[in-house]
Amino acid sequence: METTTLIEQLPEVTAAGVAIKAILILAIISAVAGFGTYLERKVLAFMQRRLGPTHVGPYGLLQIAADGIKLFTKEDIVPQHANALIFKVAPVITAATAFIALAGVPVFPDFTIPEFIPVLGGTFVPSIASDVNVGILFVIGMMAAGLYGPLLAGMAQANKWGIIGAARTAIQFLSYEVVTGLSLLAPIMLVGSLSLIDFNEAQSGGFTSWFIWQQPVAFVLFLIAGFAETNRTPFDLLEHEAEVISGYATEYSGMRWGMFFIGEYANMITISILAAVVFLGGYNDFGFIAGWIMILFKVAFFFFLMLWVRAAWPHVRPDQLMWLCWKVLMPIAVINVVVTGIVMMV
Amino acid sequence: MGLEQFKNRNVGTQEYKVLDLQESPKTPMAKFAQVAKRTFKGELFVGLGVTVREMINALFRGQMHTVKYPLEKLPISPRYRAIHEMLRLLESGHYRCIGCGLCEKICISNCITMETRYDENQRKEVSEYTINFGRCIFCGYCAEVCPELAIVHGPRYETASEQRASFSLFEDMLTPIDKLSLQQEYDGFGAVSPNADENIKKTPLAY
Repeated sequence: METTTLIEQLPEVTAAGVAIKAILILAIISAVAGFGTYLERKVLAFMQRRLGPTHVGPYGLLQIAADGIKLFTKEDIVPQHANALIFKVAPVITAATAFIALAGVPVFPDFTIPEFIPVLGGTFVPSIASDVNVGILFVIGMMAAGLYGPLLAGMAQANKWGIIGAARTAIQFLSYEVVTGLSLLAPIMLVGSLSLIDFNEAQSGGFTSWFIWQQPVAFVLFLIAGFAETNRTPFDLLEHEAEVISGYATEYSGMRWGMFFIGEYANMITISILAAVVFLGGYNDFGFIAGWIMILFKVAFFFFLMLWVRAAWPHVRPDQLMWLCWKVLMPIAVINVVVTGIVMMV
Repeated sequence: MGLEQFKNRNVGTQEYKVLDLQESPKTPMAKFAQVAKRTFKGELFVGLGVTVREMINALFRGQMHTVKYPLEKLPISPRYRAIHEMLRLLESGHYRCIGCGLCEKICISNCITMETRYDENQRKEVSEYTINFGRCIFCGYCAEVCPELAIVHGPRYETASEQRASFSLFEDMLTPIDKLSLQQEYDGFGAVSPNADENIKKTPLAY
């Protein structure tokens, strides 16, 4: 097959390359997550005709640094009756799984470190940290495992708002995960592979070969489920302030809370990359625009879409979420899979 | 935002839209029809359109709502009743107060204290004048009763201070003599209305 020859042309992936890639992902995505908070505040402010952060640094850009300093130096409180161990572990689960999920998706273009740099010179850094052949399954599974973070956090903190948040985590998790899997099943059937690289290759034929044209229903379903997966606004039941204070994050302060936050933003980036790679042609070149710029555009669009939706739409009740996922989205997803199968057979 | 828009309290003549709330569907089929209709009508995208329109308005059409308060301030109504000011006569620069004591008399919270004496020209001179701003309720009666428009309510509404006395002495409220040219004529409480000339009638002396 053509794809295998393409992959074989690339230099050998060494352990050093993977380690460098992992550090890159960790550093850059953490920074981008911080920058994401700034973007979110700015975009939401503009959409409400406010200014957003303006005073710290030019255009308020150093607000991220100010927030970071605040988070790091804040007192770290463990409530008296909380289960201290689980309370401390829970934010690590959220942040860690978010970054582990990023190991399976192609994040930046691959490159080779120039020879003149000592020690690491000539090391090939792959675009995907770990090109497992079940990539998409791994990413989705890892993000699902990340929901243990809010669940355990809510139950460990001896706070009724936390308990409600944890309960909502459970129902949300049970509801959308089915839709995510089923909506991705149809494109997986079309490609016949779980590797994200294969998805990318399958859409290399230009604009018309994007899966969004063949699978518009699956795209919409995946997007809705993705919003639920990342706790974004129409489905931010877990920590909706007006109802449950901060839900699972009520008792958290300082860096532990910050880890939940970084995990959430990393998840947003992961979902954006997944949607771009699976449905919108991934990192293929688009006319004269290089592929890595295209995927940046696409990820930025999905990130902006999440902020946009947050500014525009109210959020749903938990029962409405379950109603939507089980009674509407899941049947549509199943029908979509069946129709795709029939079309492929005929 | 201009002063005109700010002062428009005439809510009765503005445009209101009455929502057309239909009755909730009863039968399962009607419920399904409503869901399908709402799903495919694209109402959600109308919401997205509104937010992005507001963003464009704010960023490119100068309709940002934020007032950077300490740096820029909204215009206040001329009838706003903030900390009092004592005005001067524009010609001579002498303070306008004639020491009649009407403000002290009418003050319903008893916060104005004044002492007067005759000076060498047998003219009333104000020797002591204080307003206790811990008691003042900013009702505006003093400005309304003043026959000379001497005590008025100024626009100074930022009255946080370490001491109440910072505002309340006669010298503090009096227009500084070097800023006499900047003294604004007061058109608020108790001032002569713009159409005062039309309202003047001859005193009926015939009875």
